Amino acid sequence: MYKILKKELLSPKVWLYDIEAPQIAKKAQPGQFLIVRTDEEGERIPLTIADFDRAKGTVSIVFQEVGAGTEVLGQLNEGDDILDVVAPLGKKTHIEKGMGTVVCIGGGIGVAPIYPIARGMHQVGNKVISIMGAKNKEILILEKQMRAVSDEVLVTTDDGSYGIKGFVTNALQQIIDRGEKIDEVIAIGPVVMMRSVVEATRPYKIKTVVSLNPIMVDGTGMCGGCRVQVGDEIKFACVDGPEFDGHLVDFKGLMSRQRMYKDMEKIESDHVCKLSTVKGEL
Amino acid sequence: MALVMKKHAMPEQDPQVRAHNFNEVALGYDRETAIAEASRCLNCPKPRCVQGCPVQVKIPNFIAKVKSGDFADAIGIIKESNALPAVCGRVCPQENQCEKYCVMGVRGEPVGIGRLERFAADYDLKKPHEIKPIKYAADTQKVAVVGSGPAGLSAAGELAKKGYKVTVFEALHKAGGVLSYGIPEFRLPKEKIVQVEIANLKKLGVEIRLDTVIGKLYTVDELMQEEGFAAVFVSTGAGLPSFMHIPGENLNGVYSANEFLTRCNLMKAYKFPEYHTPLKVGKTVAVVGGGNVAMDAARTSLRLGAEHVYIVYRRSEKELPARLEEVHHAKDEGIDFKLLNNPVEVIGDENGNVKALRCIKMQLGEPDASGRRRPIPIEGSEFELPVETVVVAIGQGPNPLVQSTTPDMHTNKRGNIVADEATGATTKAGVFAGGDIVTGAATVILAMGAGKKAAQAIDEYLKKKA
Repeated sequence: MYKILKKELLSPKVWLYDIEAPQIAKKAQPGQFLIVRTDEEGERIPLTIADFDRAKGTVSIVFQEVGAGTEVLGQLNEGDDILDVVAPLGKKTHIEKGMGTVVCIGGGIGVAPIYPIARGMHQVGNKVISIMGAKNKEILILEKQMRAVSDEVLVTTDDGSYGIKGFVTNALQQIIDRGEKIDEVIAIGPVVMMRSVVEATRPYKIKTVVSLNPIMVDGTGMCGGCRVQVGDEIKFACVDGPEFDGHLVDFKGLMSRQRMYKDMEKIESDHVCKLSTVKGEL
Repeated sequence: MALVMKKHAMPEQDPQVRAHNFNEVALGYDRETAIAEASRCLNCPKPRCVQGCPVQVKIPNFIAKVKSGDFADAIGIIKESNALPAVCGRVCPQENQCEKYCVMGVRGEPVGIGRLERFAADYDLKKPHEIKPIKYAADTQKVAVVGSGPAGLSAAGELAKKGYKVTVFEALHKAGGVLSYGIPEFRLPKEKIVQVEIANLKKLGVEIRLDTVIGKLYTVDELMQEEGFAAVFVSTGAGLPSFMHIPGENLNGVYSANEFLTRCNLMKAYKFPEYHTPLKVGKTVAVVGGGNVAMDAARTSLRLGAEHVYIVYRRSEKELPARLEEVHHAKDEGIDFKLLNNPVEVIGDENGNVKALRCIKMQLGEPDASGRRRPIPIEGSEFELPVETVVVAIGQGPNPLVQSTTPDMHTNKRGNIVADEATGATTKAGVFAGGDIVTGAATVILAMGAGKKAAQAIDEYLKKKA
């Protein structure tokens, strides 16, 4: 059992939880993920580790209520326990001194997992330019935190309500166009966003790392449910990733596999809705 | 009295009915039948059956107790040698082990040793009884077991009985390894059998830490240097699924057997949406492979609502590695065996879903290194099998998580841990290994045998060190 010490609403339906887990906090590294299961009937949900505090013994997750599993998770409160937390999983982000200028791109709630990466890059002395994208100003998250660990921050909103109007790729193009020498781009967010970033950097041959989020079950390499085509090879995102060279990833295949259970998710969500109504009446 | 040459039949659920439920297929002997079957045992002075049992259960002794109706004594004798008798009585391939050597089998059918072990174990599990926890001294040595499958549980039980404080580290949220995620409910009931056996181990004093991935949360070195474990037993199994590496294998509807069975057994996808993990099974399913895992996946598909299920296997019926009984059960339930066929491509529709499995017909050539006749493709014989789901059950390899973070524990070129056959000792001092992680995918009882041997060796190692 893992206690929720803090619950904070970052934007509508987007929650940040600090979870008490000292050993995980001790071991977690930027780029890694965890798996939670809320209750006996629950699924195993993979979530990127958004932050960790080794001194306090906590790890943070940021998630959006998008389906039955995350809806149940969102109903928990401070002081409640999460039944299972498995971590740290996956490989850590490659962070070292002297990598040069790194552009960290977070789209939507992808800003949460990009934050410890930007912080890590900044701590070892790399130049960090961060790009944060959101649909509009209201749902932009963690801006203050990102500014604290970046040399420069560019914000984009789809509707132009804040920062640059457009997508993260518009901001990236601005940086490229002004002649900034970029040594590496790291992008985390919706698959369409990561694919656009990869296509934006491909002509310039800028190394681009993406963090993939395929469907997972165990997260330890025993089932291959999360397999993705990377170059000529089939990789398991949970153990070989989740970060890969974006220029080699088969995004079409990834998106197709992500859609696999769409119809069943609807049935599940309706089921959970009914359950919470019943609970509400009691 | 004339000898009864045939085994007493064990009642089973009707194939038509059971193909649509997850309840146990084999229903077990009642008292009278168990006593009658036990009476077939000739109580040989030099029992060959015992030699066939990887943990050397004193078979004639326990059977004599069943015969006289002293069931509590019978289970007591079994438990001296076997930590999980209700499991072994159900899933052991007895035809290749104890029963293969039974004298009765020379002229007729061997004694139903597995069925009798199961009967005694079930009798015991139904009876409420108190297990006294082991009392530990403050300076009792601690032993870590990595993985809670059959090898780990067996080692943990033995070590606890020898007086060590045992902590089992399990990566998943439920203990049992393949007993929990792999073998289906209809062959091995989870709550009634597996979890009860595990609870009994806990009552004895074994601690089980779930959700703990060794190699990630702790390394083996950290267990020994920081967490105070005097010895470690690595029993992480063969959990890495093999794929066929043919075109179309990433299409929606292609599962590894591990994923398919984990979703169903561990996550209880067969109770969706009450349980939230989904599992998609088309009307027509092809399971590729011929082992127990393939039979389990095929029979699970039927129970999840598939109307037609194929087993696609590249050799002939004679070479099927699955248990005889499971092949019979599968056939009775209507599984369609496409023997001497090998998949060459998975074909998808415009939405990325599986619509067919392209296969090539095979013939058997000369025996290969393993002694089995090598399957050779027949040129120009390719054909399409229309299916919506493909389950790949062609074997599992060792998961590298523990080995890759323990460099001084050597592995062979297949990635299995190198360990002494008699003791389980690895190249790293104080670290032992056993079960599928050493041998590659094998049987539950062989893994338990390895766990038992390693426990003995760990005891000797720690006594020598002290």
